[in-house]
Amino acid sequence: MLRDYLYPEYEAVRNSELCIGCRACERQCSNEVHRYDSDLGKMVSDSTNCVDCQRCVCLCPTHALKIVKSDHTFKLNANWTQEAITDVIRQAGTGAVLLSAMGNPKEYPVYWDKMLINASQVTNPSIDPLREPMETKTYLGKKSEEIQRDRNGNIIPETSPQIELETPIMFSAMSYGSISYNAHKSLATAAEELGILYNTGEGGLHEDFYQYGPNTIVQVASGRFGVHEDYLNAGAAIEIKMGQGAKPGIGGHLPGEKIVDDISKTRMIPEGTDAISPAPHHDIYSIEDLRQLVFSLKEASDYKKPVIVKIAAVHNVAAIASGIARSGADIIAIDGYRGGTGAAPKRIRDNVGIPIELALASVDQRLRDEGIRDEVSVVVGGSIRSSADVVKAIALGADAVYIATSALIALGCHLCRSCQAGKCNWGIATQVPELVKRLNPADGKERLVNLVHAWTHEIKEMMGGMGINSIEALRGNRLMLRGIGLTSKELEILGIKHAGE
Amino acid sequence: MKRIYVNEEWCLGCHLCEYQCAFANSGMDDMVKALKGKTIHPRIQVEGDNKISFAVNCRHCSDARCVKGCISGALSRDKDGVVVIDTDKCVGCFTCILSCPYGVIMPSSDHSVVQKCQLCMDNASGEPACVKGCPNRAIVYEERI
Amino acid sequence: MKYDYLIIGNSIAAVGCIEGIRENDTEGSICVVTDENYRVYGRPLISYYLWNKTTEKKMLSYRPDNFYKKNDVELMLGTRAEKINPEKKTVSLSGGREIGYGKLLIAAGSSPFVPPMKGLDGVEKKFSFMTLDDAKVLAEAIGKDSRVLIVGAGLIGLKCAEGISDRAGSLTVVDLANRILPSILDEKGSAIVQKHIERRGVKFYLNDSVAEFKDGTATLSSGKKIEYDAVVIAVGVRPNTALAADAGGEVNRGIATDLKCVTTIPDVYAAGDCAECLNSITGKSQVLALLPNAYMMGHAAGVNMSGGEELYDDAIPMNAIGFWGLHIITAGDYEGEAYVKREGTKYKKLVTANNNLRGFILIDDIERAGIYTRLVREKTPLDEIDFEAIKERPQEMAFSRAVRKDDLGGVK
Repeated sequence: MLRDYLYPEYEAVRNSELCIGCRACERQCSNEVHRYDSDLGKMVSDSTNCVDCQRCVCLCPTHALKIVKSDHTFKLNANWTQEAITDVIRQAGTGAVLLSAMGNPKEYPVYWDKMLINASQVTNPSIDPLREPMETKTYLGKKSEEIQRDRNGNIIPETSPQIELETPIMFSAMSYGSISYNAHKSLATAAEELGILYNTGEGGLHEDFYQYGPNTIVQVASGRFGVHEDYLNAGAAIEIKMGQGAKPGIGGHLPGEKIVDDISKTRMIPEGTDAISPAPHHDIYSIEDLRQLVFSLKEASDYKKPVIVKIAAVHNVAAIASGIARSGADIIAIDGYRGGTGAAPKRIRDNVGIPIELALASVDQRLRDEGIRDEVSVVVGGSIRSSADVVKAIALGADAVYIATSALIALGCHLCRSCQAGKCNWGIATQVPELVKRLNPADGKERLVNLVHAWTHEIKEMMGGMGINSIEALRGNRLMLRGIGLTSKELEILGIKHAGE
Repeated sequence: MKRIYVNEEWCLGCHLCEYQCAFANSGMDDMVKALKGKTIHPRIQVEGDNKISFAVNCRHCSDARCVKGCISGALSRDKDGVVVIDTDKCVGCFTCILSCPYGVIMPSSDHSVVQKCQLCMDNASGEPACVKGCPNRAIVYEERI
Repeated sequence: MKYDYLIIGNSIAAVGCIEGIRENDTEGSICVVTDENYRVYGRPLISYYLWNKTTEKKMLSYRPDNFYKKNDVELMLGTRAEKINPEKKTVSLSGGREIGYGKLLIAAGSSPFVPPMKGLDGVEKKFSFMTLDDAKVLAEAIGKDSRVLIVGAGLIGLKCAEGISDRAGSLTVVDLANRILPSILDEKGSAIVQKHIERRGVKFYLNDSVAEFKDGTATLSSGKKIEYDAVVIAVGVRPNTALAADAGGEVNRGIATDLKCVTTIPDVYAAGDCAECLNSITGKSQVLALLPNAYMMGHAAGVNMSGGEELYDDAIPMNAIGFWGLHIITAGDYEGEAYVKREGTKYKKLVTANNNLRGFILIDDIERAGIYTRLVREKTPLDEIDFEAIKERPQEMAFSRAVRKDDLGGVK
């Protein structure tokens, strides 16, 4: 209806002086923003459907395009913001739940940015990572409390199954279906080269990717899509997905039109049927039930694979984590409320869950207090944006981090947050063949490898500055952090002192 | 020798290679100046639509029919194996257009001589401009055996 | 004196032969004997020379200046091979010398054919149009007011007309045939090209011939009279086969050769306009007097002479030619079912037979024509390609994905 017209939030602006009419923008926009007008003899734009994905901007050979935030405005109101009004108009028009994607974009505090890292001066020398060994290798899994010896007094070297990482970074779960084949291939091949792991997400494992098994975490979620014995044994670890930071407490819904060809085969569901992941696992209503699933999976994989239990960071996360640690899981993964998603109800994404920084600090503290910290490794995700975030996470107590949004940005994502539309111009969150092929996995892999290499270099630099030469020595070393502009309650939860103290 | 190869699996049909080619061979230092308002005559051509597309340019055949058939000796293989055209010698008889099995030699913009891909050895691009400008590595410049 | 390789003739087939030999044998001695006094040049360039689209210097740089030296070739200019003595494996040269050979290539080319015409002997300025010297004397002889009569509306006659068009006053072409360029065009094509050439002021008298030349006037069989200052005879050429025939070699219209370019005389090869080769479309032997074929046949001969093996088995008739900016490309022959598309001067005729493209004519629509040539040469089964698409325009897309992958990603 005319009365529901909403002026575009972002406008594609063309500098006609620079435009040479090559039409690359037109050919590359799946939202049909650009077109060549033969009557006018020039390129024109209709920004109505522009999602600000920046594809046209990047490919324009003369840099004639930019996307600007529209200065069109409703009457300014600090309470009834433009977004609030717009959402009401949309819902009044459609009666529908508002859908969104990627992580919570709201202006909640980012605790990473309110923590500062220490460096050595005079009394404890810093280490030059270019000249001295600097260990980033990390093992995830249960750690024995004491050394076991056999009758002859020899050390028994066997431990619980471990994940070995060259650097404490993994690519977190993104299902085949929510992202493309080429995105998965980029992640898998990059993980292999980096000596780290990627995660299948809940959509099963495409047969082409079994070869990357040693660098794969296979996920078991509430829909159990694509789960079978070979799948469970294909990877280096098995992850039970209990929750996701972007949409804690709710399930997932991949519409039937996306369940085509290989996706249907990989998920083991008929083509065209909706893939519905229930909100809960229908067989898990207690820690005891979780324990049953953990051991079912261990049984199925001959106790050779560590089992990860992934939860969203929510209230009482510390108690929940304590329960998980006692369920037999080897690793707890916690996903903060800024974690991404291919599709989530906007209200859930923007209002449910808690920051990963606070969740991590409280979980680590709780497990220590209970004397069970070594029973599990802790992996955190949910908006790790840089190597500094990694260092801070480890200092707060994490064993490793999960990154996904950063990885997608490396692959071309510009966080337009329109994944749910399935028309990703970067070939990531789409199954349209013409769009999928825009992501050449050779390029994708290289960019992911570059990113993780760069971060690892920076991690080493920061550790060296602190006089620390291994991830092991940084983990839980909260003395290396100081808060800035935080309340005493926040400092208390984070377990750190304020800057200057 | 290093040649330009095209993998249609990754070609997006964006046609940017054509513009990069036209710019690189324009002799100008600015793409807008070189191409704005002009019909381009690139040495690489994209075929197809957004479903299947690929760029086609000189294969630099080691046994090049264009070189063998050239009536003026304007076409030759240089010491690196690059099939090059000496437009000073070319008389525009188009025997090479008749001979090339890939259809990658074309008349120059004024049809007086022919033009073809010379791997950007003959311009200031430094490396093949189509390769550099391909957003999806569909066009690569490498040695294959 | 004995050479491992002796080549009679110094045109394109000779160059192909030298380059073919040197791919296998960098040591063996090579000698080239030619009665001309120039380094190698492409004969078709002579019309461009007259038209000022090239110069003598550029023409003579068909190959780099150091070509003969680099390939260690002894070049005997102004020397005529008089006789081949196959039993002695020698060649008698003008001036009485005799030199031996290990392998011999006859690349003697062809000569203009001048039919008996009444009064021709009395024509003071009469010319052939074959060699650089022909072009030079023609250029010397005519001026801005000259009325030039060209006998022959074939490739040579018309290229000559174009070449001298800016140098002569008027141009008239007479031919016995009822249309121009009958060897490469069909009737429609001939008409299109004729019209284009006529616009440039060239007058045609077709279906006619010169009955008599007398006192600057040619009387045609039809009775028409044409005044001239100079006459160019461009009726056709004849392969130079005498050397081979005299030495006992088999000669038809040209010197007979097999797929390795060997004549019926041991160790004697032939290539270029003097020799016959297999027309791979018809399966019959014929002279395919075309520059690209001369090179390729010479090259094959050279490889075979020096111990390699290269069969010359994919020759087809083909032509690329243009007149005053109107470009024509043709290949194969026109025996079969025709697809025709015409739009103004643009003309396309594709002829198919037995699931193959057998030949084509393209006028003013020549882009990517080589893709059609490839279909003809390779006898590509048309049901394996998208022929409907390729009819519209030559394109890689018409081939299968596998063929494209090899074309664009394979090592060539």
